Amino acid sequence: MTDGPLLEVEDLSVSFTTSRGNVRAVQGVSFTLEQGKTLGVVGESGSGKTVLSRAVMGLLPRLSAVQTGSVRYNGTEILNAPNDELRRLWSTHIAMVFQDPMTSLNPVQRIGNQITEPLKIHLKLSKAEAKETALSLLMQVGIPSPIERYEAYPAQLSGGMRQRVMIAIALACAPRLLLADEPTTGLDVTVQAQILDLLSQLQRDRNMAMILVTHDLGVVATRTDEIIVMYAGNVVERAPTTVLFKSMAMPYTEALLNSIPRIANPSHSRLVAIEGRPPDLIHPPAGCPFSPRCPYAQEKCHREKPPLVEAAPGHTYACWYPLTDANRQDRPEKPTAVTA
Amino acid sequence: MSELTDMHTFSDIEAEIEAEMEADPTTKKLGVFFWICVGWIALNIVLALTANLLPLPNPNLGNYNGPQNAGPGWGHLLGTDDLYRDILSRLIYGSRVSLVVGFFGAAIGMILGGVPAMISAYRRGRIDTALNTGSYVVLAFPALVAVIAIVSFWGHSLWKITLIIGIFGAPLIFRVVRASTLSYATRDFVLAAKSLGASDTRILARELLPNIAPTIVSFSLIAVATIIVLEGTLAFLGLSVQPPTPSWGNMLYEGSTLLSGAKGQTNTWLLIFPAGAMFLLLISLNVIADKLRSYFDVSEIKL
Repeated sequence: MTDGPLLEVEDLSVSFTTSRGNVRAVQGVSFTLEQGKTLGVVGESGSGKTVLSRAVMGLLPRLSAVQTGSVRYNGTEILNAPNDELRRLWSTHIAMVFQDPMTSLNPVQRIGNQITEPLKIHLKLSKAEAKETALSLLMQVGIPSPIERYEAYPAQLSGGMRQRVMIAIALACAPRLLLADEPTTGLDVTVQAQILDLLSQLQRDRNMAMILVTHDLGVVATRTDEIIVMYAGNVVERAPTTVLFKSMAMPYTEALLNSIPRIANPSHSRLVAIEGRPPDLIHPPAGCPFSPRCPYAQEKCHREKPPLVEAAPGHTYACWYPLTDANRQDRPEKPTAVTA
Repeated sequence: MSELTDMHTFSDIEAEIEAEMEADPTTKKLGVFFWICVGWIALNIVLALTANLLPLPNPNLGNYNGPQNAGPGWGHLLGTDDLYRDILSRLIYGSRVSLVVGFFGAAIGMILGGVPAMISAYRRGRIDTALNTGSYVVLAFPALVAVIAIVSFWGHSLWKITLIIGIFGAPLIFRVVRASTLSYATRDFVLAAKSLGASDTRILARELLPNIAPTIVSFSLIAVATIIVLEGTLAFLGLSVQPPTPSWGNMLYEGSTLLSGAKGQTNTWLLIFPAGAMFLLLISLNVIADKLRSYFDVSEIKL
């Protein structure tokens, strides 16, 4: 193992060729991730976070996705690497937990089969060894009576159970990097917290690096070391978690934070939404991509795209008039402390 | 292969009975009717295989001391035809033709059409486009006319007919299997399997095949039924196995010539029995296909 970071992503861009034109789903994203750390990727639907995680993993269709830049795992370039090469990394080094546990398990294969499959392929375990490992994995992810569940079909399990199974499958070959793409979207709120806590706990136990992709800033607030906020395929803010919540610079980050409903709010209070829709990624606006929806946008914002600038070591943002700028006249009251 | 649409009129009646039987979705049963149909096909196959061992008169050689154009009776259970031949014996020997052409034709179609369909639907790209377009072109061709043309040039042995029908059935099977594979190929569990390092072969065999198997099984049975009708059509036109070797199709033709009394004789039984045998075999195949499809349909919508 080299001494560098586990994962280095540099200027990663992904575009899809469609009949309407090129969809620029991810533009110039860079970040690094150390062993055992967690990176949160936050953004609303269509911000490119799923494409980013799949590009890092090398799962995008080669026919339609054009990927440029660099993704280095443990010092080795894996972007656009041939499938045979990636197959050696998948599952044993990098694994992914998918968004929807309802569709990411094969409906006609027993749970046991699906967990033992990677164990048999990659670790060359015998049938009995694989079963033993699988049962212990099911236990680790908190599935009651694993012996019965081992024989069950996915349709016989609840959504939360299925996501636990998905996590067990992803962790089967002890990967060093786990990508969790909205792992709790399809689940109800109480189960969400359980699954996220489970992921964090397993990550600590295994000293595994994790990329947690979500639309919910509340989810990443307590569970990540660093956060990147994406909008329209661009990183608009990137900072260590504590720094981000203390001094967020980008209005979009603030908007995301404000859109989380709070327990302290009086009941029946109106949910705060971000007005408008994300921009068309085939013809992105000339200026700041968030400018059409930004409450603070000024003329310059519509004209020129702001570069990523470094506010403090490790904290970068792309905004002409950051919230941290003390000279802003129009700055409204800062959002109250985060209670996530 | 327009016969395919006609087949479904049978299953419409079936659907009503089925709806009652499936009132309780948690306990799915195939039902007595299904097993009667399975039994009937099994009986057909067993009789066809063991015809030589059964105490049957020679199907091709009549007993000229016996009755001619007899109706059903004790000496000849289903009667005799105008050449003093035993109709039951000819029916059983004739079923060999229908069964061989039907089942092997469908198998050939499945190998030539189904296997490329799965790979093509999973891999996509230019080869998929090419194969897909190719299947449209072949399907646009009137299959019966093409088969008749080829058979009249190439010959009508049993295996040649089976092969030709299999080849012309392949594009239809290609389309069905491709569509079915496509609906699963983009599901998350396929991507999940890929992300766990499963090879393409493994994904095709372990992730996709078990999911599309119910479709394949029930569609193959319908294909068998369709092919049996197609062979019957060819035989009726004198383009299948040649007389005196019996097939249900050429028996039907012989029966049709005796229907009007134009030959100075009439024998309605010679038309009724082969038609009835074919009808029962086809309805059994369709019922089984339909029942299996709904039995295997573990769609989560129902749960």
